[in-house]
Amino acid sequence: MAGNLKVSVWRGGADGAFQSFDVPRQASQTVLDVVTHIQRALDPTLAYRFACRVGMCGSCAMMVNGVPRWTCRTHVDKVAHADSLEIAPLRNLPVIRDLVADMREFFDKWARAKGQFRGHATRKDDFANVRPDSAPRVQADAGIECIGCAVCYAACDVVAWNPQYLGPAALNRAWTLVKDERDRDTLERLRAVAGDAGCHACHSHVSCTERCPKKLSPTAAIAGLKREVAKAVLHGDL
Amino acid sequence: MTFRGEARLWIAQRASAAVLALCVAVHLVTIVYAVRSGLTAAEILQRTRGSIAWFAFYSLFVLAVTVHAPIGLRSVLSEWLGWRGRSRDFALLLFAAFLGWTGMRAVLGVFA
Repeated sequence: MAGNLKVSVWRGGADGAFQSFDVPRQASQTVLDVVTHIQRALDPTLAYRFACRVGMCGSCAMMVNGVPRWTCRTHVDKVAHADSLEIAPLRNLPVIRDLVADMREFFDKWARAKGQFRGHATRKDDFANVRPDSAPRVQADAGIECIGCAVCYAACDVVAWNPQYLGPAALNRAWTLVKDERDRDTLERLRAVAGDAGCHACHSHVSCTERCPKKLSPTAAIAGLKREVAKAVLHGDL
Repeated sequence: MTFRGEARLWIAQRASAAVLALCVAVHLVTIVYAVRSGLTAAEILQRTRGSIAWFAFYSLFVLAVTVHAPIGLRSVLSEWLGWRGRSRDFALLLFAAFLGWTGMRAVLGVFA
């Protein structure tokens, strides 16, 4: 495949700017290949993250032509407009440098949404017997494969408008625990995810579901949390 | 506002939306019927004046709007203008009162 790709890459921190690079086109080239070429051949000071290169770790997520994507699983052919690409750090997160976003707030929100499992069984109890086809388990399974890449968080307009909003990934995590019958923190978790910074802030724009590379539906998880909170409030449990 | 309050507002908005879906449909069908049948204003008033059914229906409509619109506007004000807290909620209470007052004035105008 001949020709060059015109690539604009974000450089610096929050007040940085785009820098242009010419990168040779190659067959089956991914956006991560492009970024790697820039760092190895054109400018070794470029900062970016990646690890597995096969869509398992989620660390290479960036904005590609304004859309959050895993760069390792995004082919240039699918996203380049007129042989040009714009690559920026993930939206809605502070920029550390170049293409590296600060993920602390993203994961702090998982903790704020009570994203930790707390079982009610002790080591003396037998294994929990959870039927794989029971409704709660099926609902939890639908969201359990999240790898925390923050693509949904970068896609969410509500996060942009309300920085306190917990975001799709943290709420999806909370939902999988609410539906886990071995967990004992359901009410505390519902308390943590209700309100203006939680599930009630979601407008169901579905951007998170549209962009999730794992094809999960945080929108459905958040709608489920709204229902569970409503039930708990109406029953007087909250 | 507490999470309980936020949850109640959400329930109120969903419930009022369900009522509005029905009310808007009935309202639109009524308008189309009145226009297509060529009813005059006097003929319309003749049907609505003293009608408990129309009074109850449009009072419910106004109540649903009074609940639904300020809750939706609450999110718009906080997300687009960054206006949060008690001052916003107080302003929205006034807005709800305005909607209720003007709405019921209109209802009474065709009932009384």
